[in-house]
Amino acid sequence: MRLELRGITKRFGALVANDHIDLTVEPGEIHCLLGENGAGKSTLMNVLYGLYEADEGEILLDDEVQHFAGPGDAMAAGIGMVHQHFMLVPVFSVAENVMLGHEPGSGGVLDVESARRQVREISERFGFHLDPDALIEDLPVGVQQRVEIIKALSRNADVLVFDEPTAVLTPQETDELMAIMRQLRDSGASIVFITHKLREVREVADRITVVRHGKVVGEASPTASDADLASLMVGRAVELTVHKDEPRYSTGLLRVSGLQVVDDAGAVVVDDVSFEVRGGEVLAVAGVQGNGQTELTEALLGLQDDVSGSITLDGEELTGRSVRKVLDRGVGFVPEDRTHDGLVGEFTIAENLMLDRSDGPPFVRSGALQLAYRDDFARSAVAEYDVRTLGIDTPVGRLSGGNQQKVVLARELKRNLRLFVAAQPTRGVDVGSIEFIHKQIVATRDAGVPVVVVSTELDEATALADRIMVMYRGRVVGIVPSTTPRDTLGLMMAGIPPVEHGGEAA
Amino acid sequence: MSHQSQEPTPEPGPEKEPGLSEELEQEVARESGAPAGLDAGEDTADRLAHALQQTMSHPWTVAAGAILLAVLVGSVMIAFTDERVTSAAGYFFARPGDLFTALGDSIGGAYSALFRGAVFNPRADGFAAQIRPLTETFNYATPLIAAGLGVALAFRAGLLNIGGQGQMLIAASAAGWVGFGVTGLPFGVHTLLAVAAGIAGGAVWAGIAGLLKARTGAHEVIVTIMLNWIAFYLVAYLLATPGLLQAPGSSNPKAPPTPASAQLPGLLGERYNLHWGFVLALAAVVFVWWLLNRSSQGFAFRAVGENPRAARVAGIDVPWTTVKVMLVAGGLVGIAGASQVLGQVTTGFGGDIDAGIGFDAITVALLGGSNPWGVLAAGILFGAFKAGGTAMQASEGVPNDIVLVVQSLIVLFIAAPPLVRAIFRLPDPDRRRTPREARKARKEAA
Repeated sequence: MRLELRGITKRFGALVANDHIDLTVEPGEIHCLLGENGAGKSTLMNVLYGLYEADEGEILLDDEVQHFAGPGDAMAAGIGMVHQHFMLVPVFSVAENVMLGHEPGSGGVLDVESARRQVREISERFGFHLDPDALIEDLPVGVQQRVEIIKALSRNADVLVFDEPTAVLTPQETDELMAIMRQLRDSGASIVFITHKLREVREVADRITVVRHGKVVGEASPTASDADLASLMVGRAVELTVHKDEPRYSTGLLRVSGLQVVDDAGAVVVDDVSFEVRGGEVLAVAGVQGNGQTELTEALLGLQDDVSGSITLDGEELTGRSVRKVLDRGVGFVPEDRTHDGLVGEFTIAENLMLDRSDGPPFVRSGALQLAYRDDFARSAVAEYDVRTLGIDTPVGRLSGGNQQKVVLARELKRNLRLFVAAQPTRGVDVGSIEFIHKQIVATRDAGVPVVVVSTELDEATALADRIMVMYRGRVVGIVPSTTPRDTLGLMMAGIPPVEHGGEAA
Repeated sequence: MSHQSQEPTPEPGPEKEPGLSEELEQEVARESGAPAGLDAGEDTADRLAHALQQTMSHPWTVAAGAILLAVLVGSVMIAFTDERVTSAAGYFFARPGDLFTALGDSIGGAYSALFRGAVFNPRADGFAAQIRPLTETFNYATPLIAAGLGVALAFRAGLLNIGGQGQMLIAASAAGWVGFGVTGLPFGVHTLLAVAAGIAGGAVWAGIAGLLKARTGAHEVIVTIMLNWIAFYLVAYLLATPGLLQAPGSSNPKAPPTPASAQLPGLLGERYNLHWGFVLALAAVVFVWWLLNRSSQGFAFRAVGENPRAARVAGIDVPWTTVKVMLVAGGLVGIAGASQVLGQVTTGFGGDIDAGIGFDAITVALLGGSNPWGVLAAGILFGAFKAGGTAMQASEGVPNDIVLVVQSLIVLFIAAPPLVRAIFRLPDPDRRRTPREARKARKEAA
C-alpha cells in the first residue's frame, strides 16, 4: 500500500511540531525518517496513527484520503505500529497478546486456538521461532519486539511504522531486526523506520527523509556519509568523532571491589562487581539497559541502601556514607533520569545550578541564600556551557532535553571534582548538544579526574572510553580496551565473555 | 572549559548554520509560550494580548474569580432563605416588581451588613467606632493567618498538614499552662515565655507526625488526623482533671483565666479587641517569606516539595527535612493556639479553643496559593467573613451558616480552577490555546 502524507502541520501552542511535512512511502520500500529527538518524527507518526489530529494536511493510502479518529481506524486501514516502548501485557502469552484488542471467538468464548495458529503461521513465514504459549515476561526484549511485529502483521498491516525500535536492543538483536525489516519489505510492505542512529539508516534504508525542527529539510541517499547526514539533521557541520589523546594518568583512583547491591524487592542487581578507574581515564560501562548499570552508579553516590563490598576514592571509603558526604568528597554525578533525579523542573536555572550545594558557602552564608552570587554563577555557567535560554530565571522544566542536560553538567563539573560519574549523559539529547557534552567529559578526564560513563549506546561507549566494562545481569562480563571489535562487545552484552582477546575477564 | 563560540544572541550566518537560528527560535517559543520571533515594538497588539494572557492565567485571577462566583451563588442562597423574597415570589404574577425589590433588599442588605460588620460601619458614632469592624476582622484573621502559614509551609514541602486542630489544642494548653501556672514573672517576659511554650507545643505535636513519616513512611494525612483526636481527648482530660489544666474550685472542663502578665496586650487601646497577636502573625508572614525565598533551609524545603528524588540525589536529607518542616509548621500553628489563649479567650479556655481554625487554615492556605502573602490576604478575607457574618445575622437575619456556605463555595471553586477558567473564559497557563481558538484555526485552515 502506498502511503502519502501531504502538508501535515501540527502545532502545540507556539511550538510547531510538524510544519507542512510531505512524505511518500512506496510499497516494498524502507523509508527512513531521520531526525533528532524533538524534531517532530514521533508527532508525525502519532498523527498518522490517529493519536493526534493534524491542524492541517491530509493522509492518503493508495491515493485515498483517510480520516483517522483514533488508532482503531488507522489499524483498520492497514497501518501497524511497533512502538519504542512495547504495548504488551507481561503476564499474557504471546498468542493472548496478539489477539488482544480484536479477540476472535463468538458468544463470549475466546478462540485462542485461531490466535495460536496465526502466531505460528506468521512466525514460520518470517522465521521467528516463536512459541505462541510463551509468556511475554519470560521472553528477551528482542523477542518481545517480534511479538509486536506479529501483532501488527496479524491485523494485515501493509504499512508498518517502527518508532525508534533499536533503543532497547543489543547490537546483535538490532542486526536481526534489520534482517526482518528487509524481509518484510521484500514481501511488499511499506515500512517507515524512525531513528536518529546514522549507522542503522545507512544499513537498511532505501530512501531517507531528514526532519529538522518540524520541517522536512531534505532527502538523502543511503550512500551519504555519516557527516553529511548528521549535518543535514542538525543544520550545521557536526563533529561526530570524539577527539582525545592518550590518557595521562593522575594519582586519582576509584577502586570498587566485591560490590553487591540488593534492590527493594530483594533481588541482587549488582553482583560482585570489581573495577578500578585511574585519574585521567574514562571507563565506559556498557550493556543493555537494565543490567545493573543504574544501580551501580547509584551505589557510587550513596543512593542505594543495601550495599556491601567496598568503594574507595583516593583510598577513602565511600560506602555507608550519606549522599551529602559523598558529594562533599568531590563526586560529580549526572543521573540517568535527569527530569526525575537531576533537576527540579519548577525551579529556575539559577536554583537548579545550586541544587546540590545548598548547605554552605559560597551559595549559602549563615543560613541565607547568596542570591547575587547565585545569579552571577548562573550567568557564567549558562554562557560557559552554552545553555540556550531566555534567562537564568526560566524554569528548567521549560528547556529542551539537551539544554537541561547542560544545566546538570554545568552544576556538576563546576565543582572541584575527584570523581565524575555520568549515567546516560546524552540520552534524549540533540546531536549538537551531544557533541558539546562529549567534549566536556573528555575535558574532565584530561583534567585528571577518574570518569565513569554508563551508556547503552555502543558507539558512545567506544568513542568516549579508554576501557569498556560490559555488564550483564548485574555481573561484569569483562573489562576490555575501547578498541575491542563491535561484534565481541555485542556478544559480551548478551553475557558471553570474551575469550580470544586480551581482556581481563571477571 | 568551553570551546564553543555559539552565543545564543549573535546572528549566525543563516546560510551556513540554519539549524542554529531555528533551534533558538524553538527554544524561545518553548520558554515563553509566545509565538516565536515576536519582536518588541513590531506587533503591539500581540504583545498586549500576550501580557493580558499572562495576567489572566495567573492564579490570583482564578482566586478572585472563585470569590466572585461564590458570592454570586451565595446571593441565590440568601434570596432563597429570605421570607420576604419567598412571599413576594408567591404573588409574582400579580406584582412582579415586588419580587425584584425584595431580591434587591435581601441580597443588597445582606452584603452591606457583611461590609458593615467586617470593614467600616458608617452608622456608628465617630471614626474610631466606624473603623472598629476592620480591627475585628484583623482580630479574627490573626489565628487564621498563623495557622494558614503552618499548613502552607508544609504544603510547599509536599506535606499535607491536616493536624492544625491538634497542634492548636496542644499549643493553647502549653501557652495557657505557662500563663496561669507560672507566676512571679514580669509582664513581657511572661508573655514571651507563654508564646514560646505555645510554639513549642505546636512544633512537638506536628513533629511527631514528621518523625513518624520520616522514620516509618506513615502517611502524614492519617497521622495528623489521628493526632487531632488524640490531642482533643487528651486536652479534654487535662481540662477535666483538677490539678492539671482545670481551674481550681470549678467542676467545668475549663482552664483558669490567663493572668494579665501573660496576656498579649491590646494593640490599639481599650476600645478595640485587637491585640499583639496580629503583629506576631504579620511577623510570621515575613518570616515564612524569608524562610522560603531567602534561606537555605527553605530552599531544601521547596526542593523536597517539588521533587524529592532530585533533592535526595542533590544530597538533601529528605526524611530529616520532613521532620524540620513539620516542626516549623507546627510552630506556626502554635502561634495561632497561643494567640487564642493569650489574646482572644483570656477568661479561661475550654476544649473548643481551636474554634475550627485548624481546619479553616487548610482553606486559607489553599486560597492563598501556599504563598505567605497570599495566606495573609486569604486570612484577612476569612477574618472578614467571620466578623461580618455575625453582623449579617444580627441585622438582616441571614443565617450565619450562609456565610459558611459562601466560604466553602470559594474553596470548592478554588479547588476546580478549570471550572472558574471556563466560566470566566480565562486562559489556561498550561495550555497555550483554548479549544475555541484551536477550532477557529482549524476552520480557517479548512
